[in-house]
Amino acid sequence: MVSAVLFSVVKQDLAVAVRQRAELVQPIMFFVLVVTLFPIAVGPSPETLQRIGGGVVWVATILALLMGMERLFRDEFNDGTLEHYRFSPCPFYLIVSAKVITHWFIQIMPLLLVSPILVLFLNMTAQMYWALILTLVFGTPLVSFVGAIGVALTLSLNRGGVLLALLLLPIFIPLLIFATSAIDSASMNLAYHPQIAIIASLMLCAVALCPIAITYSLKVSQN
Amino acid sequence: MSILSAQKITCEKSDRTLFCDLDLELNNFSLVHLTGDNGAGKTSLLRILVGLSQANNGTVKIQGQDVHAEQHIACESVVYIGHKLGFSSVLSAIENLQFWASQQALDLKREAVLNVLDILELTGLEDIPIKHLSAGQQRKVALAKLWLKPHSALWVLDEPFTALDVHMIACIEHKISEFVNQGGAVVMTSHQPLRLSCNTTVMHLEYKW
Repeated sequence: MVSAVLFSVVKQDLAVAVRQRAELVQPIMFFVLVVTLFPIAVGPSPETLQRIGGGVVWVATILALLMGMERLFRDEFNDGTLEHYRFSPCPFYLIVSAKVITHWFIQIMPLLLVSPILVLFLNMTAQMYWALILTLVFGTPLVSFVGAIGVALTLSLNRGGVLLALLLLPIFIPLLIFATSAIDSASMNLAYHPQIAIIASLMLCAVALCPIAITYSLKVSQN
Repeated sequence: MSILSAQKITCEKSDRTLFCDLDLELNNFSLVHLTGDNGAGKTSLLRILVGLSQANNGTVKIQGQDVHAEQHIACESVVYIGHKLGFSSVLSAIENLQFWASQQALDLKREAVLNVLDILELTGLEDIPIKHLSAGQQRKVALAKLWLKPHSALWVLDEPFTALDVHMIACIEHKISEFVNQGGAVVMTSHQPLRLSCNTTVMHLEYKW
């Protein structure tokens, strides 16, 4: 029964996302544009681009994810769907986790799909590309889960967008350090598993603990 | 049997006490009609009763279980229709109702939903995104939940007649009477007098400064 409820929540979120394609495309366009600005601004020298490439992609990813983050609960909060989840026999924190994971999937898939083109733009090696993909796959769920706490807390404020970015950006500094360090190591053909392992452990902690905080924040916002 | 029991609940909103030490007991076969001026705290009371808001003081139990308990099994027997209708505006009426049903763990066939939409005179509008329907039509889609959750014990309705036409109000009043006479319990707010053929108690909330 619980799995049927969660399946339905995921299906509804996917259906809504498909109907609101325009909103989904905006963060991706933003991501691509930010990344293309760098070669223009800092000069198209291949060595420079290779050195800054990993950092540029990661900063653009975090900004793009934060841009799309508001979609996570905002509409459901405004139209009251979130209230109705409280009457479901399925525990609220499982529904919330399912929603965050669906939202992460919808946002990260297009990013991963466009990433090979950007790697060409930034003159990254194949080794760096794999490191980038691995850091994105393990690091972005962390952004989504921790970001969801911020979204849940700022729901009852009418314009939470900028506040959300101010609250969340400093929190992602450790993630940024490890992710860019992994890509740096890859560019020098060194092992980058330690950094990936640290990112993955951070992500697992977030996945385990954040739903409790998100659930509580949502209850406070609805109060 | 007592379906809903609230004891000594107090609610304060921005330093104003809406109500203080309020007791409410609701049994089968009964309906409580909450009245009061705008801002008297009717919606706040209903939200506290179903556990969406936390009261400053006091306890609320639905079928003997605290509404704030982690395993809120009590809420499964509740149908709550508030000001926010709980529908995604980009999905159609039938999609919204089917998603709602499966999230409430109800096993509903598409035909069953279509039949109810037929009673509510929404035939032909079931595939149109909710945002293209009028306010009254959207309200009717929300009220379809009253038909679709047959094993509920308690209905909590906040201004269910908003934007409805006279004919449809009569239809909903009939449905509410039928539910109460079959052993259900209802708490509702409405600014108009009700014409119900069931056991009705009027409870007036005073506007307090």
